[in-house]
Amino acid sequence: MSFAVVVFYFFAAILLFAAFRVITTRNPVHAALYLVLAFFTAAGLWLMLDAEFLAITLVLVYVGAVMVLFLFVVMMLDINLDRLRDGFWDYLPLAGFVATMLAVEMGIVLGSRNFGLSIVPAPSLHPAGYSNTKELGGLLYTQYVYPFELAAVVLLVAIVAAITLTMRRRKNSKYQNPAEQVKIQRGERVRMVEMASDQPSSTKS
Amino acid sequence: MAYLQALFGYAWPAVWDLAKIIGIVAPLMIGVAYLTYAERKVIGYMQVRIGPNRVGYKGLLQPIADGIKLMMKEIIIPSGANKFLFVLAPVLTIAPALAAWAVIPFSPQMVLANVDAGLLYILAITSLGVYGVIIAGWASNSKYAFLGSLRSAAQIVSYEIAMGFALVGVLMAAQSLNLGDIVKAQNGGMFHWFWLPLFPMFIVYFIAGVAETNRAPFDVAEGESEIVAGFHVEYSGMAFAIFFLAEYANMILIATLTSLMFLGGWNPLFNFPPFNWIPGFIWLLSKIAFVLFLFLWLRATFPRYRYDQIMRLGWKVFIPITLVWLLVVGAVMQTRFAYLIH
Repeated sequence: MSFAVVVFYFFAAILLFAAFRVITTRNPVHAALYLVLAFFTAAGLWLMLDAEFLAITLVLVYVGAVMVLFLFVVMMLDINLDRLRDGFWDYLPLAGFVATMLAVEMGIVLGSRNFGLSIVPAPSLHPAGYSNTKELGGLLYTQYVYPFELAAVVLLVAIVAAITLTMRRRKNSKYQNPAEQVKIQRGERVRMVEMASDQPSSTKS
Repeated sequence: MAYLQALFGYAWPAVWDLAKIIGIVAPLMIGVAYLTYAERKVIGYMQVRIGPNRVGYKGLLQPIADGIKLMMKEIIIPSGANKFLFVLAPVLTIAPALAAWAVIPFSPQMVLANVDAGLLYILAITSLGVYGVIIAGWASNSKYAFLGSLRSAAQIVSYEIAMGFALVGVLMAAQSLNLGDIVKAQNGGMFHWFWLPLFPMFIVYFIAGVAETNRAPFDVAEGESEIVAGFHVEYSGMAFAIFFLAEYANMILIATLTSLMFLGGWNPLFNFPPFNWIPGFIWLLSKIAFVLFLFLWLRATFPRYRYDQIMRLGWKVFIPITLVWLLVVGAVMQTRFAYLIH
């Protein structure tokens, strides 16, 4: 067994363990942290495939940004686990059916027929100075420019939709207007009072 | 060298890399210790005080004494705290602060890992630091720590975006993600460095760096008057010291990155004698020291920002500035004035 294979199984074992714990652990914060671990080891696996740009971007975007926001929300929720598990047996048949269908579909799509070693061979060794990032950028902005722009527009629509959904003006909300604050002159806030200085007649009483 | 290579055999690359890592981390830790000393001295003189002057000559042993004191103290784990995460949080804070140094070049040859996507690596690794803050606040089982961690994490996440955009400007100008190549693109005197064509990004990057490290005037995480000491209020002894170390290591990291990406790294101030007789490493160190001095100066000068002002500055000022300047850089690169940006 070569060193690379050992590293692969090491990462794969951690990834599977973490993914399993995400759905079995009782505490939602722990689940989110296990998901972080899963993303991180997945990035390690991608790194082994010479996809360093994708691997680092996975850490940057999912671990560094998305999961932080997830944790934020999950930490502040007061989740009652017993209430969550209330309808477990009622939903089990339907959920089980959906899960099986998902697994079968993924098996068909991701099976060896489409993603086998003969169709997607292991990446060949690149010469020194080969830049993964440059290659990816070139492809994204030439061959795949329309799908790329489309994805960007879809994301933009999602952002706009999310913001409109949460933009609810409360009537009694209080906020500062920084422009107004900056414009303030001294005369509007301070009143100078002229008064004669007077000395107390005796300092000791 | 050949003798050592023969002695360790197959383990030699690992041993050699380990030696290099120690060669980076040990001076860094000493730098952190004496940065705290410099901070107290500089702020002391700015406020017409003397600062520490009791332990050793002019107080030079003060950081050592502080370190020993913190090591002797008991580590108290609050009742109801999540023990594993409580202990893990300081580790998660310091690990990214140290790991980021792997790709930092100190001279054209001196770099631990000459990674092609070095800038991206730095961005990804430094974005992990926020986990230490969040987990510390949550695992402490204390409301003050929790509120402090929420404030701090929101601030870090907000300023990371502006910081990332500023770095995009740098990589557009240098046409590379490799930190060594970025410095090489700035070869020459101070007017060849990126602070000039990317001036708004330089300012945004530096201020966002101050905010990222939770330093004054952005230190709402530690707002003593409001929430005691923020996310690490429940920590004591060495566990607290680790947070402290990480904060100062991050300061040095930001200062180093600012020097490498905007201040020409190891390039001399002017490219003629006597300036270019001084070795590049000394130039890099003096630039780092200058940026660190700015950190201390800011702390001594400005009062703390109000929380909504911090968020406004990050989202409504810095991000638009960087976005506009990205467009400007991109547009100029298509014209015949591209040489201005390189």
